[in-house]
Amino acid sequence: MTVLKAIWSFISDQILGMKWLQDLIAWILKSLFGSDFAISRIGESVHFFIYDVIKISFLLMVLIFIISYVQSYFPPERTKRILGKYHGIGANILGALLGTLTPFCSCSSIPLFIGFTRAGIPSGVTFSFLISSPLVDLGALILLISIFGFPIAIAYVVSGLILAVIGGTLIEKSGAGNYVEDFVKSGAISEAEQETMTKRDRLIYAKEQMLTTYKKVVLYILIGVAIGALIHNWIPEAWIEAVLGTSNPFSVLIATAIGTPIYADIFGTIPVAESLFTKGVGVGTILALMMSVTALSLPSLVMLKKVVKPRLLATFFGIVVVGIILIGYLFNAINFLFV
Amino acid sequence: MQIKALGGCCRRSTQNYENAVIAAQQCGIKEPVEHVKDMLDIVALGVLANPGLVIDGKVVSSGRLLTVDQIVELIKKHQK
Repeated sequence: MTVLKAIWSFISDQILGMKWLQDLIAWILKSLFGSDFAISRIGESVHFFIYDVIKISFLLMVLIFIISYVQSYFPPERTKRILGKYHGIGANILGALLGTLTPFCSCSSIPLFIGFTRAGIPSGVTFSFLISSPLVDLGALILLISIFGFPIAIAYVVSGLILAVIGGTLIEKSGAGNYVEDFVKSGAISEAEQETMTKRDRLIYAKEQMLTTYKKVVLYILIGVAIGALIHNWIPEAWIEAVLGTSNPFSVLIATAIGTPIYADIFGTIPVAESLFTKGVGVGTILALMMSVTALSLPSLVMLKKVVKPRLLATFFGIVVVGIILIGYLFNAINFLFV
Repeated sequence: MQIKALGGCCRRSTQNYENAVIAAQQCGIKEPVEHVKDMLDIVALGVLANPGLVIDGKVVSSGRLLTVDQIVELIKKHQK
């Protein structure tokens, strides 16, 4: 038993946490700039910045590669074919799960919406898919586990999926699901699945996804880590406590209000979340911040506006925001389980 | 042989089209590669993720940026 624990600690600290990297960078900074600099606030910030950027970049590239390989088995055309066969809440659940597994680029959201609708998939199910897609990401899950541990990572994924399922179901039940632009419903659609991919095809795909995604995301990582470093070393704990801390009953609302208009890739939010967590911000508030940044984005709303009528767009937006706030308060209430 | 490169949204789709043009040249295909950018046309073909590639009416790739070599292989496969 102790051996298992030791092995898990090793994996957690050195492989996922890359503690050896932390020590290495500290040593380099000390050798180059002297101990005084290394211990100083600027030194610590530089240390944190370099370490976090390298750590996240490396983990990200490895994760995206592996996960893209897995996702090559779940192209959206296949998801469309599978979802078309199910009804009711089962379809929503399946939609949410497939949203996690299917590779998704926000510029695909329109063709996807049109394709799913013409295949007879109800809007509610499509929305379950669209809510979970940006929100729950396999790569992010593993990164979350490495930084926050299993309990919080699982909490994030499960809440995201439940939000997607309930959100999609509510959209359908409220009748708003019908408010789709006419051109979406009427029109040609074919069943097309691309030819079976060889292993080499999948490796080429995984590599391309790794490089493309990394390039897209690197800016968000740099900004996210910079903000994380600021929070870590420069912003007084008291301020953070006052605005986002557990003693502030509005912290979840504030976090959601800050997160919603911002869009960043989920990988960029993780270093910020990490720093806030060490400053004592509640789990629920952090979840609310991460979810509001990723679930809703101006680009995807602009695109959805072209295919759905305002009433449906507003319903979708409203349900997701309210859902995130509820999740935030719920997890703050059970915060003691995670700390 | 009718080759269509699907996708007009981003860098990947443009690259896919350019790779298709080069591959078609290498295989001696006379007909120019068509670059389909209209979203509704692409959906009508059944493709939901860009970039895509269609050879003689059959979808051979969707959601993937293909290398020139991959496209050459696909062209050769469909030439028989």
